[in-house]
Amino acid sequence: MLDKALMNDRLIFDKKTQSFLAILTAVALLVSLLNTFVPEGHILHCSTFTVTLLGKYLCYALLAVSVDLVWGYLGILSLGHGAFFALGGYAMGMYLMRQIGDRGVYGDPLLPDFMVFLNWKELPWFWHGFDMFWFASLMVILVPGLLAFVFGWMAFRSRVTGVYLSIITQALTYALQQAFFRNEMGFGGNNGLTDFKEIMGFDLQSDATRLGLFLCTALALGLGYMACRYIVCSKLGRVAVAVRDAESRTRFIGYRVDKVKLWIFTFSAILAGIAGALYVPQVGIINPGEFNPINSIEIVIWVAVGGRATLYGAVVGAILINYAKSTFTGWLPDAWLFALGGIFVFVTLYLPKGVTGFLNRKQEQLA
Amino acid sequence: MPLLPALRSAILLFIFSIFFIGQASAAPVADETEFKQLLNGFTQKSFAAKANTAQQVATSGHPKAKQVLEAMAESRLYFRKSDQLVVFADKDGRSYVLTDIFSNETLGTFSRREVSKVKTNNSLRAKLGKMVAEIELKHPDASVRLAAVEAMIPKLKEDDADLFGSLIKEEQDESVKKALQFGIYIGYLDSSKKERVLNAIEALDGELEPIVRNKLTSLANNSDDKDIKKAAKKSLKGIESKISIFSNLETIYFGISLGSILILAAIGLAITFGVMGVINMAHGELIMLGAYTTYLIQQAMPNHTTASIFLAIPAAFCVSGMVGIAIERGVIRFLYGRPLETLLATFGISLILQQLVRTVISPQNRTVETPAFMSGSIDINPIFALTYNRLYIISFCILVFIALFFILKRTRLGLQVRAVSQNRSMAKAMGVRSDWVDAMTFGLGSGVAGIAGVALSQITNVGPNMGQSYIIDSFMVVVFGGVGNLWGTLVAGLSLGVANKVLEPMAGAVLAKIMVLVFIILFIQKRPRGLFPQKGRAAEA
Repeated sequence: MLDKALMNDRLIFDKKTQSFLAILTAVALLVSLLNTFVPEGHILHCSTFTVTLLGKYLCYALLAVSVDLVWGYLGILSLGHGAFFALGGYAMGMYLMRQIGDRGVYGDPLLPDFMVFLNWKELPWFWHGFDMFWFASLMVILVPGLLAFVFGWMAFRSRVTGVYLSIITQALTYALQQAFFRNEMGFGGNNGLTDFKEIMGFDLQSDATRLGLFLCTALALGLGYMACRYIVCSKLGRVAVAVRDAESRTRFIGYRVDKVKLWIFTFSAILAGIAGALYVPQVGIINPGEFNPINSIEIVIWVAVGGRATLYGAVVGAILINYAKSTFTGWLPDAWLFALGGIFVFVTLYLPKGVTGFLNRKQEQLA
Repeated sequence: MPLLPALRSAILLFIFSIFFIGQASAAPVADETEFKQLLNGFTQKSFAAKANTAQQVATSGHPKAKQVLEAMAESRLYFRKSDQLVVFADKDGRSYVLTDIFSNETLGTFSRREVSKVKTNNSLRAKLGKMVAEIELKHPDASVRLAAVEAMIPKLKEDDADLFGSLIKEEQDESVKKALQFGIYIGYLDSSKKERVLNAIEALDGELEPIVRNKLTSLANNSDDKDIKKAAKKSLKGIESKISIFSNLETIYFGISLGSILILAAIGLAITFGVMGVINMAHGELIMLGAYTTYLIQQAMPNHTTASIFLAIPAAFCVSGMVGIAIERGVIRFLYGRPLETLLATFGISLILQQLVRTVISPQNRTVETPAFMSGSIDINPIFALTYNRLYIISFCILVFIALFFILKRTRLGLQVRAVSQNRSMAKAMGVRSDWVDAMTFGLGSGVAGIAGVALSQITNVGPNMGQSYIIDSFMVVVFGGVGNLWGTLVAGLSLGVANKVLEPMAGAVLAKIMVLVFIILFIQKRPRGLFPQKGRAAEA
């Protein structure tokens, strides 16, 4: 059951990709223009709050794309991408924490506030180097990547598949959450990392920085999308789809299924980490709640709602659900979980190809 | 006349009874007046005379004697200057409220000048303490004597031990005798005579009471005598090793009880996940529904805690089972063969159920009362006790396990369930209604989850999030034990429970949990199908 679209279209820049990139560029430009040049109070003005909100959605979209890559094209239902996202976020959070310097409540030039509060005298070894942006950026990629690599190397080699793998990734996320809740871990415990001041010398509260972060996120989403698109259209991507649809058969033909899975899984984890790193400066906090296993399942449902194995579907799903969440929780806070639960059930039962799949079919029927 | 002798004997009986009744009621009155006179001795000035009076009071055997002496020791004993009546007095501002010793009635408030305290000095107070103790130590009721001895043991001196020594000769009751003997040795540990101390150390060898350990520790560290030091150290070593054995036993007991909870939570999942290959993320919420059923039943019959628990077991089974069947018929049935989608859909259901409980009942946690028979414990020795609630959870878990095992192995439903799980199409070909079997299996697994909820409501708070805290643990148990195998669940649950409790004191609760999770993650790499994997064709399905 190979994807028809994939067979017919080997182009990286197919029609859907072109329109996705066009829309993304247009939104980025429009938002910058409306934010910078339209005066405040004008009906077309795009407030900085909205810019940050959009930036947040784009981070979620990148996260959803990374999940779509492993779930849609490789058939691995990872319930651990929330953890990779949070790890990337923590790496960035540590950099931002070190940037505070002596402007914290306790004014210690070296130690972040929570360490002074815990009466620590020295910076733990794993906090060294995070005062440099390049090092932190490296860690954003390395920490989730390495964890995914080691975890995947063990799991895929011993052929842990299907539901088992999902449960194990969930256990991993849960274990990480428990660990980060501990003060002794040195990541701020329950409260996490917050009270950031500036990033690379730019004030995090200023409108320009906010807009810059939004544009960075849009750029990252575009690049991440294209990278996924490249993988999907490459030979590796073809094998991945084969693994998804008939794992044993692919193995018998002679492909190293475990390696295919391992590389794509690791790459996807790195993407999730980058999304987390972009997310943290925009929302201004990272705490162990981000590791909550429920978050990881929610990402999967974004992808399911948008439509699996399309990439752009993941983006649509992430934005759609999060927009619904923002509006719903403001309007009827109690009803949101009912709605979300209902979406889970409805989509799996009636929309196996998601919203975009449904729209595509309608279009084909019309044509 | 035949009537006469009967009449005569009746009259005699009458006279006798009057005589005896008179005697019986007259005795305490006589005693009371005598006692009152005795109390008047306290109005004397001389401490020696007062001590003498106190001694007489102590040996009088009057029920109020102890109270009087205690009041005297606490400086609550006064006498009224006007009539020399000895009373209890409580200071109220600058005046005194007097209470009659015999009737316990308040006699009114008197000024400082109208009353006078029965004064005591240090030596008298020390004597009084001993007299009070002796009154209780010689009490006719053995349980009072035992309590008195046990109360004295923590502050025992050597001369108390001598007192015990004289008491033990007259003591009839075995348990009091034992306590006295123990007290004597405890007292001897403080003795200045080397012989006595060494004897006591030898006699107390292996005793687990904390006081023995404390005294021996101080002897081992502070004693001037080499032999005593050596003996105390040796004895301490023996005690420590005994204590460590018992604390290990206690850890295992805690581990088994945690394991039973895990098994209860996981066993329903073992059926739905193991036998049917369906992953039910709403399993935790089915547990929660069972717990809420317990809570609601208890609210409906607030004065019958015990009965409500027993009523809750079948009720929770039905509620969760029905919801489970509804989930199976409404959602899961359309998703067979797509396990990942099933996972997502059931997760959605779990969100809905949680929110339902929050909206309908309350977002706050609720407590379910524990019936009286579940509190308390069996004390095996001073440092090791089996608490009843854990014991009941363990036995309940065993019962549920046996029942499920019986259903799966001995009933027609069980046979069909196993047939469908091994080879669905073949079972269908043989005439098994596989969709009916699916619904029943799911109902059974969910019902068991409800029963687990009843058990959990006895040990934790009942809240909308309680299911989530057990779902990951339950999955771990099932995955660790191997799919489709109840024994696997049993072994996995117990070993994870014990492992958790063994690691806890070493690493702390959270870290222990993380270690167990990491262990399972590693374990699954080595044995992807769990401890007891399914063999044969079914394994590849």
